[in-house]
Amino acid sequence: MKWDVIVKWLPKLLEGAYLTLELVAIAVLVGLLIAIPMGMARASRHWYVRALPFSYIFFFRGTPLLLQLFLVYYGLAQFDAIRQGPLWPYLRDPYWCALIAMTMHTAAYIAEIIRGAIQAVPPGEVEAARSLGMSRAQTMWHIILPRAARIGLPAYSNEVILMLKASSLASTITLLELTGMARTIIARTYLPVEIFFAAGLFYLVMTFILVQVFRWLERKLRVDALQGR
Amino acid sequence: MKKYKKILLVAAASLSFATASFAVEKLKIGTEGAYPPFNLIDSSGEVVGFDLDIAKALCEKMKVECSVVISDWDGIIPALNAKKFDFLAASMSITEERLQAVDFTDPYYTNGLQFIAPKSSDFKVDKDSLKGKVIGAQRATIAGNWLEDNLGKAIDIKLYDTNENAYLDLASGRLDGVLADKFVNWEWLKSDAGASYEFKGEPVFDNDKIGIALRKGNDELRERLNTALKEIVADGTYKTINDKYFPFNVY
Repeated sequence: MKWDVIVKWLPKLLEGAYLTLELVAIAVLVGLLIAIPMGMARASRHWYVRALPFSYIFFFRGTPLLLQLFLVYYGLAQFDAIRQGPLWPYLRDPYWCALIAMTMHTAAYIAEIIRGAIQAVPPGEVEAARSLGMSRAQTMWHIILPRAARIGLPAYSNEVILMLKASSLASTITLLELTGMARTIIARTYLPVEIFFAAGLFYLVMTFILVQVFRWLERKLRVDALQGR
Repeated sequence: MKKYKKILLVAAASLSFATASFAVEKLKIGTEGAYPPFNLIDSSGEVVGFDLDIAKALCEKMKVECSVVISDWDGIIPALNAKKFDFLAASMSITEERLQAVDFTDPYYTNGLQFIAPKSSDFKVDKDSLKGKVIGAQRATIAGNWLEDNLGKAIDIKLYDTNENAYLDLASGRLDGVLADKFVNWEWLKSDAGASYEFKGEPVFDNDKIGIALRKGNDELRERLNTALKEIVADGTYKTINDKYFPFNVY
């Protein structure tokens, strides 16, 4: 192991790690905002409300993220209508393409987490709320959603960590996030073991910090105390 | 039972005889398979191209049996060192940096780097005109390194896993130009996709020697490859292969 090589390239790796965090943070937060209404619709009793989110989730869970990245980045750019269209300044940029693909991908998974969480809310609590005179909307807002948020939080933290690692795929569309940066450094140094080792450490540290943040959040929301039926 | 034993014995004997009589040394050629016309995967799934024709001609001269293994470009040197294959026929430039990690045979062709850009664009290749331009190249190639070393922060460099992806992005308009091996560019400009693009300026880097890479210290195989290379150049095999791909001499 040539440790001095790792030290020498540390600033570049940090730069890559920063971009990785930025991509993941935006994707999982915006993805959550998209996923909440979608998960609610997915848990609906009416098939015509469920249909649209179902097909969205079916597509995005059923295909690999890499393929979705390529479809957004190389696929859309094949059409003149898009290249001349108003969105081209964004779709031209690999950063936006990665954000779009990652957000839509993770939104499908989060929506499914929310669907499961909503359906796991004990029916007795919903019936109690309704019998106290709460409307359906009030029940959803005051009882079901706060309860589902706590039920779904551990699964959501899992999804965030999965996205942290999936973000390495963004290196295939020229983004120099942590993996892309590591591969570019290896192209100069031919020392894959050292540089991937260092990049791996960065991923471990980021995962560790994320786990701590979610643990704190779970304590604050008293997730454990509310899990019992 | 006795009968079976006899049959087994005969079978074992003939098997050992068979392997003994056909014991040909077997070598593995490593290549990328995404670098037309030097190495690419054809419609039947076979790896073909200039590099492979040369490598197979060398194998024939050395009287060894060769098979082809494909590897991603940016992991191809580590894969060679991890003994995934015995030598690399993948249009690899002989550079100081690579000589730290692997050995090379004598060069089997000479290459250069040249920019391509849309015919309609006013694209000059001096440093001032290139300022602020978005230029694509393949990661872990001398083209990518040349851009970083010579233009560095003046331009926006985009690095791709394969050269073909850089061409895709040139066609989509994300890139102002691509820097790559001139013969590879020449091949793409001939294709339908490259019809509205052209070479810009003179080659920025010439006399780029391409060799076959081997693991360090593998001197015996290197000498055999060098001898075989001299033979195919002398007996005209090289010229036949050259003419199959290019109307000019690349040696």
